[in-house]
Amino acid sequence: MAKVHLWASLRRFADGQEVVEVEAATVGQMLDALERAHPGLAPAIKAGLSVAVDGEVIANNRAAPVKPDSEVYLLQRLKGG
Amino acid sequence: MARDDVKTGYKYVGTRPNRPDGLDKVTGRARYGADFSLPGMLHAAVVRSPHAHARIVRIDASKALALEGVKAVVTRADLPTGLTGEDLNLQDNTLAGDRALYDGHAVAAVAATSPLLAQDAARLIEVEYEVLPHVTDVDAAIAPDAPVIRPGVADYSVPEGMHGNVARYMEFGHGDVEAGFAAADVVREHTYRTEATHQGYIEPHAAVGQLGEDGRGEMWVCTQGHWYIRRMCSAVLGIEAANLRVTPSEIGGGFGGKTTIFMEPLTLALSKKAGGRPVKLVMSRSEVLRATGPTASASMDVKIGMKRDGTITAGQVYFRMQGGAFPGMSPIGEALPCAFACYDIPALKHEGIEIITNRPKAAAYRAPGSPMAAFAVESMIDELCRELGLDPIEVRLKNGARNGSKSSYGPVYDVIGLQETLEAAKAHPNYSIPLGPNQGRGVASGFWFNHGGETSVSLAIGEDGTATVSIGTPDIGGSRASIGLMVAETLGIPYEDVRVNVVETGALGVNEPTHGSRATFASGKAAVIAAEAAIREMCKRAAAEWGIDADAVEWKDGAAHPAGPNAGKFPPMTIGEIGAKMGSTGGPISGHHEVTAGGYGASFGTHVVDVEVDPETGRTTVLRYLVVQDAGTAIHPAYVEGQYQGGAAQGIGWALNEEYIYGPDGRLQNPVFLDYRIPVASDLPMIDTVIVEVPNPGHPYGVRGVGETGITPPLPAIASAIAGATGARIRSLPCSPPKVLAAIKALKKG
Repeated sequence: MAKVHLWASLRRFADGQEVVEVEAATVGQMLDALERAHPGLAPAIKAGLSVAVDGEVIANNRAAPVKPDSEVYLLQRLKGG
Repeated sequence: MARDDVKTGYKYVGTRPNRPDGLDKVTGRARYGADFSLPGMLHAAVVRSPHAHARIVRIDASKALALEGVKAVVTRADLPTGLTGEDLNLQDNTLAGDRALYDGHAVAAVAATSPLLAQDAARLIEVEYEVLPHVTDVDAAIAPDAPVIRPGVADYSVPEGMHGNVARYMEFGHGDVEAGFAAADVVREHTYRTEATHQGYIEPHAAVGQLGEDGRGEMWVCTQGHWYIRRMCSAVLGIEAANLRVTPSEIGGGFGGKTTIFMEPLTLALSKKAGGRPVKLVMSRSEVLRATGPTASASMDVKIGMKRDGTITAGQVYFRMQGGAFPGMSPIGEALPCAFACYDIPALKHEGIEIITNRPKAAAYRAPGSPMAAFAVESMIDELCRELGLDPIEVRLKNGARNGSKSSYGPVYDVIGLQETLEAAKAHPNYSIPLGPNQGRGVASGFWFNHGGETSVSLAIGEDGTATVSIGTPDIGGSRASIGLMVAETLGIPYEDVRVNVVETGALGVNEPTHGSRATFASGKAAVIAAEAAIREMCKRAAAEWGIDADAVEWKDGAAHPAGPNAGKFPPMTIGEIGAKMGSTGGPISGHHEVTAGGYGASFGTHVVDVEVDPETGRTTVLRYLVVQDAGTAIHPAYVEGQYQGGAAQGIGWALNEEYIYGPDGRLQNPVFLDYRIPVASDLPMIDTVIVEVPNPGHPYGVRGVGETGITPPLPAIASAIAGATGARIRSLPCSPPKVLAAIKALKKG
């Protein structure tokens, strides 16, 4: 299962976990699974996130693939100039 | 894409052909936002709040409407209701609702038959205000007695007990910072501040909008992203996106400030009310400074531990940033992950809050958040280097991120070029030039994530063998030339045979703006893939002509060739020959690609600056300035150098002079370039550049975005150079002459 790392101030919405394991084939499935498991994360996900999968920042592409051994980091939605 | 797949050995990529827009721009033929005019067009002016915070009691436009030639007035009452979230914020910023939230907030707009008449009419619109308490300073806004200016603004992330002006909170990190500080020989902690600055684009916002009673409209506008303009205007005005066609003009600078809307919906709202006549609105410089989006001001606590050999053992930051009167606009979410992004440090803690103030709605500005974060962290690292007598480049080489490092914000870096920029800076002659009296040298590194994003590109082969590329990312810094070079390289035809056009919203799928240093990377990547699709089709046409399998045809040097002796003996069929016959061989030949582009590589740079400070006046002169940055592959090196120099120039302005100054009344005191001092050519030396090329494996030609990182290191590099020249450390930008002089005097007093 992919390991999803939550930033520290998100952990209170996920029973204090730093890493949540999720079964998902895409970024979209991963976010949906996270929200199902921890409904408290819904506002953060709805507000928009950038997602880094195996070192690559995916931004908002829900179709991007996630592998069973992927390391995923949630980041605040990034804006550029 | 593996690193081995990055192409090398180029014919066109890496050359410096003339700029495709150069002649138009120097002869005045280029059409900017204010250059559009249409028959029957009206002109608009905006009534703006003179108060930082006020309840709008009454608006009376009767005197304005009585003027001959005045055709329409709009207020918030003319806009649809029921919006939520960021759409509501955009509408609130377009026209104030029941409260004006900052000095310059639009309250009403008027359209008339001439610009002067519109301005006269605007002065006749009577607005009655009830002035409310205000706050404009980032730290003052969270003082216990500060007025809560927008109750309920906090989002899910804000813990209970924080001040009512806090809109967002975040925290992340790794390792044990307390153990890290305990392991250090020296631990230092300071607070650094930066003021809000404006992007300072030379071309003010301008638009011509036309909207009929049937809800169908059109707009010609100066913007970094016309699909964003379409989506945002449609949301604010309650019209269907497909019914609004938006065409971008040439653009006289944006730097992030033209990725959103400010006054654009007003042209459409006025047009609709004026029976569908087109309406032009051009902002004055004062309006641009008062009422478009500068970047945030910041107050930042930094704590770093270092061993005597320069090893950084732990770092901790607490950033406070205000993004104006609207939530979600400060770059706190970018500043925090940028803070230590140049380093591989075992223990880090980042905390930050976004704060609401009575200032204009902030917008993106070149590497949003990164320059402020760099000012805080890089200044502190320089302070530690000076205290411990360490070389600042050696300390960065020792602690700097490299391939495979875990980034400060979590993910592991793939192929990055920070170490290469540090080595190149160390080897550059500027780093060893002896310094004279009152002179100092500063060094800093900088980072930006870069971005890919939604991208749609089309390419069409002409009957004469030329290629036309349609892109949706406005060309701010040379993307048309760079994309043209990549397409020429891919097709194997001269650069002059490729024309790249920025097209309107009806011509392509949705494109994100030119932001995040993405245009040459993402539109370029899509254009290369589109060209490869066209090549496949041209090979197919040649194969059909020769009566062989398409797989037996290869493309090189702008022509189809039989792939080896078994494919048969046929003379090459050029792109011109294929194009000339395409109507009779199956129809037009084109390529298309649309994608949410990934694979953008992170960007790093290192700057070295020498300054001389006049001890009598505190004035700082930049003697020499060096930018070293990783471009991945420099497609058009002259444009890459221009981006480096432009970023440095803006950063120098931010470091030395630029700042939003608010009076006790909450009004902006310096909304003109005479008082808001951006650097001009005579203020700066020629900025030296070194292009480091560590190809990005996520792009067929190895491109990394280059537009943003260059503004990041100048803030700390300049402050550190001043510290070297004077012994006085300025921890609050700008390093203006009075501030530097006061610091020198304070140092002398001991």
